[in-house]
Amino acid sequence: MAQRNVSRRGQKKGESFMDYSLLFIVLFLVGFGMVMVFSSSSYEANLKLGDSTRYLRQQLFASILGLVAMMVVANIPYHFWERFAVPAYIGSVVLILLIIPFGYSSGGATRWLYIGPISLQVAEVAKLGMILFLASLICTLGKGIRTNKGFFFVLLSPAPVAAMIYFITNNLSSAIIVMAIAVLMLFVSCPDYKRFFLMGLIVLAVAAVVIFYVLQTAQAHVDDLDFRGARILAWLDPEAYASDTGFQTLQALYAIGSGGVLGKGLGQSMQKRGFLPEAQNDMIFSIICEELGLFGGIAVIVMFLLLIWRLMIIANNAPDLYGALLVVGVMGHIAVQVILNIAVVTNTIPNTGISLPFISYGGSSVMFLLIEVGLTLSVAKGIRLKDL
Amino acid sequence: MDDKMNHRTYHRSKTVAVFFLCALALFGLAGRLVYLMVFQSEYYTLKARELHERERSIKAARGRIIDANGKILADNKTVCTVSVIHSQIKDADRVTAILSKELGLSEEYVRKRVEKYSSIEKIKSNVDKETGDAIRSYALDGVKVDEDYKRYYPYGELASKALGFTGGDNQGIIGLEVIYEEYLRGEAGTILTVTDAKGVEQDEEGEERVEPVSGRDLYVSLDINIQSYATQLAKQTMETKEADRVSILVMNPQNGEILAMVDVPEFDLNNPYTLQNGMDALAFSEKKRQDLLNAMWRNGCINDTYEPGSTFKIVTAAAGLESGAVKTTDTFNCPGFIMVEDRRIRCHKAGGHGAEDFVQGTMNSCNPVFITVGMRIGVERYYSYFRQFGLLEKTGIDLPGEAGTIMHKMENIGPVELATISFGQSFQITPIQLATTAASIVNGGRRITPHFAVRAVSADGTGSRSFTYPERKGVVSAQTSETMRYILEQVVAEGSGKNGAVEGYRVGGKTATSQTLPRGSGKYIASFLGFAPADDPQILALAIIHNPKGTYYGGQIAAPVVRQLFENILPYLEKKGYNSGRG
Repeated sequence: MAQRNVSRRGQKKGESFMDYSLLFIVLFLVGFGMVMVFSSSSYEANLKLGDSTRYLRQQLFASILGLVAMMVVANIPYHFWERFAVPAYIGSVVLILLIIPFGYSSGGATRWLYIGPISLQVAEVAKLGMILFLASLICTLGKGIRTNKGFFFVLLSPAPVAAMIYFITNNLSSAIIVMAIAVLMLFVSCPDYKRFFLMGLIVLAVAAVVIFYVLQTAQAHVDDLDFRGARILAWLDPEAYASDTGFQTLQALYAIGSGGVLGKGLGQSMQKRGFLPEAQNDMIFSIICEELGLFGGIAVIVMFLLLIWRLMIIANNAPDLYGALLVVGVMGHIAVQVILNIAVVTNTIPNTGISLPFISYGGSSVMFLLIEVGLTLSVAKGIRLKDL
Repeated sequence: MDDKMNHRTYHRSKTVAVFFLCALALFGLAGRLVYLMVFQSEYYTLKARELHERERSIKAARGRIIDANGKILADNKTVCTVSVIHSQIKDADRVTAILSKELGLSEEYVRKRVEKYSSIEKIKSNVDKETGDAIRSYALDGVKVDEDYKRYYPYGELASKALGFTGGDNQGIIGLEVIYEEYLRGEAGTILTVTDAKGVEQDEEGEERVEPVSGRDLYVSLDINIQSYATQLAKQTMETKEADRVSILVMNPQNGEILAMVDVPEFDLNNPYTLQNGMDALAFSEKKRQDLLNAMWRNGCINDTYEPGSTFKIVTAAAGLESGAVKTTDTFNCPGFIMVEDRRIRCHKAGGHGAEDFVQGTMNSCNPVFITVGMRIGVERYYSYFRQFGLLEKTGIDLPGEAGTIMHKMENIGPVELATISFGQSFQITPIQLATTAASIVNGGRRITPHFAVRAVSADGTGSRSFTYPERKGVVSAQTSETMRYILEQVVAEGSGKNGAVEGYRVGGKTATSQTLPRGSGKYIASFLGFAPADDPQILALAIIHNPKGTYYGGQIAAPVVRQLFENILPYLEKKGYNSGRG
């Protein structure tokens, strides 16, 4: 419906139009995220900082900044960014390297740069940079992508950035997301399925081998495992590692499970009261489940599904390949992050820190996601009615 | 163009494939959510509740201790604990001002606690209920007034050593409070509250309560009127005789009910940790302080033994009469001493009592007469009477820490030991043991169990349990018992115990004066055991004066104590129909 309205308006007035469906979904998620950030953080923030709205205010500030940036980007024709492909790549690399001398640590990981009063998580910039770079690269390669050389060039070009994110900022999840974005963009731009099917199998096989290795090592010498190995053990049996590596996962499961079908009601979470540390961050989905129940949890999943569906529509109606690839990149970014986040929170996969797009507390994340939405809106503006 | 369209087609189909891949993953996760939130919900809800709930216990009101007249000897006072919960305080200045005013604390002291970041901070405990209610009426946010029970003894130090007191958790420490702990204690209730990870209670979550069951009231045979008069007498005697200690025991010889148990100096049950004579308890080391407190709490009537002296001649006489070793009409001659083996044991009367029969010998408390009787009974028979009278066992009184009898082994008793035992020396028993044994001899030969507790009644009055105590018949024959009553009445009527006589009442009794160990220390214990009416004893009293200055003869200083006691309590008991058995 919305789509038709939008189209009709564009037709009548002959001016550029907004994809209001996408905008509505995004605004809803950002607004809902703000409510949940406040709900999940206020109790602890009041106790520790004496300021229950501290996290809400920071999130609001980042979101407003992000929304302004989104509207600016939405009104810039997206081809403007084509020339920034290489600078985006180099910029990402430089920013990550800057972490080494200037990085700011929080929670045991060094992932932030301070620019004036604003802290910036460089991995978030790198994700956007990679989308811009790969979209241009694939367009430039044209049919060359069908050759093995082209294929592997596209596949491996983000690898150095991913490796740097992993080794310098010790952030496996962001590295995985960068690679996943690249694979998805490559997948869309290549006609065949076979190689991707094979890649999927390889990933599964590697995962199986890693799990097998961890279990073998655990039986022989538990102490030889690093924290990632320990997290795999905790994933398999969180209650056995309740006091250390399984703690967060178990607390999240308590929150989700105790929410039941209808939830305890907005604001009524018990787990956020010090039991689930930093509930407003990566584990916020478990608080949503605890307070709003199965209905709330599924509603959030449905909203994300709608968002991904909307991005698919825009990608498939984009005026050109560059636009389509930009949207596919954004779609891949959001989809991968949502799936991995919910999978972690429900202990479907081992614990790794991934935030829930638009909802988890985190200024850099929400700002860059909104800029990506701005890109998508810009692509959507280029859709001509006869293409639909 | 064609190629481009082809190009776009597979792009589109692959984008759709990505979408469906994502949709599949999200469906899978939704399924996982359904599993966790529907099928596993009960399990995780339980686990989460275990994590969130804290159990707090609610003290049960301790049962009261009530005397024979229905007067409450041990009660509970509601006291309050005032605390502040930092996170809930809205107006710190007002809270500080009101709390410091109502509790009489300095503003500085209160402010420090109000401003301290902690889950809950205690401001003051043991606050009167009125003050607690006053604070509660302000309805201040973040101020918590918790009610609690504190043991309260309306009569202060009266019967302190018998009643005992309770500790910080309201548990009995000494006396009846500890022996009847299981009746008095009740069952604590619980409050289940929901707390955050730090243990701060979450008010809006409500609470689950299991109400406590109050302890049962203990009705005791103690009579507060007799107890207070006996205490007064004992104090007076201790002062005038400059004695170390004065004990008075009053019991019903028919059933063992104790009407009064005094052992001055007593202590204030409401401040049991305050030492006497204003000594600052904190000036002593931990161990020294505990020793001093234990000495203060010690009940001389049951925890300590002493050489009974001549009052024990009651036992020797009863054994002699029962065994047939002596008859009332047997005549003796007292030259002022008696030879036992090569030892010359003197009588207390230097010139001797001359010719006397057994009744006169008892009236005179003549040592040679009793030594002779003891010799006639012989070691083995004497020892078996000792056992038969119950002297080798504890009395079984319902107080903690009763001391046992310190007695020679039978094989170690030679003629000299037998001679000294016969007049109550060279061994030790407790005052309660002496009173109980004498009661058994004069009550017709029934060994009774001395006791306080009569019955326990549940707080709502529905359940009641009467206590029964063992009684053993045939300690002495009724005949011997009757003879003993006659002889002991003569002792008071015309003999050494005449200071114990009460006009208008028939009183029986026996005096004693014993030198404490080591001999020659110049320290004596004067005592008198009396009972009335002499022909049908309903009341028996034992007064013991430790280390009196000046006159130390039991007949001179202890008998008048019992006389004064009887003068006051016999009419009182008559009025109460206590000794209705007498015309």
